[in-house]
Amino acid sequence: MTERLSIIVFSGTVDKLYPVSILASGAVAMGMDVDIFLTFWGLNAFFKDNIKTNTRMSKDFEDMAPLVMQVMKEKNVPSWYDTLKRAKELGKVRIHACSMTLDLLDIKKESLDDIVDDIMGVGEFIETARDSKITLFI
Amino acid sequence: MSEEPKVDRLIDARNTFCPGPLMELIRAIREAKVGEIIGVLSSDTGSKRDIPLWVSKTGHKLIGIYEKKGYAEIVVQKMR
Repeated sequence: MTERLSIIVFSGTVDKLYPVSILASGAVAMGMDVDIFLTFWGLNAFFKDNIKTNTRMSKDFEDMAPLVMQVMKEKNVPSWYDTLKRAKELGKVRIHACSMTLDLLDIKKESLDDIVDDIMGVGEFIETARDSKITLFI
Repeated sequence: MSEEPKVDRLIDARNTFCPGPLMELIRAIREAKVGEIIGVLSSDTGSKRDIPLWVSKTGHKLIGIYEKKGYAEIVVQKMR
C-alpha cells in the first residue's frame, strides 16, 4: 500500500498554508499519498472567493508580512494555492472539509473552492490518519 | 567531472524554489520514454540532494550533477 502523509490544517494564514502545500508537494514527489483535513481557520482559507486573495499572516510575524510578500513577488514564488494545485496534478492529494466546521458556520460545499474534494467527519479522518506514516497539525 | 552527456530534454527550472525543480523533473520523466536522458537546470540548493534521493528511490539513474555559474545541471536517465 502507498504510504501516506496526513495533514490537519487548522490555520488559515498564508505563512502556514505555504508549508502545507510544499510538504504536500514533497510527499507526492517521494511517492506518498496525501490527505488534508481542513478545519476552522484552515477551512476558512478555502472559499472560492478568498482562496486566491488571502494575505493574512500570523499575528506574531505580522510586521514581517509586507517584506515577505515583496520578496515572494520579486522572486516569482508561486502562490501556496498554485503549489497545492500542482501537487494535486502530480499525485494523489485529497482535500477534505471538516463537516463540523461546515455545519457550525452554515457553509455550503458549493462555496468552497473546487480543490476541495469532499466533506468528512473527524472520525473518518482519524481512520485515514491512523494508517499514515506521517501526520501533521498545522 | 567527465564530459557532459547529451540530453534528450532540457528543463530550465532556474529561479524556481524547492520543490519546483524536482516537480518539473517528475513531470518530464512521466512524459519521457524509457532510456531518455533529461537535464534539469536548477539554482535551488535543495534540489541537488532531493533529486538524487528521488532518483534512487524511484529506480531511475543519476548521470551526474554539473556545476555551472550560479546553477547546476542535474542529468537523469529514465530507467523504467
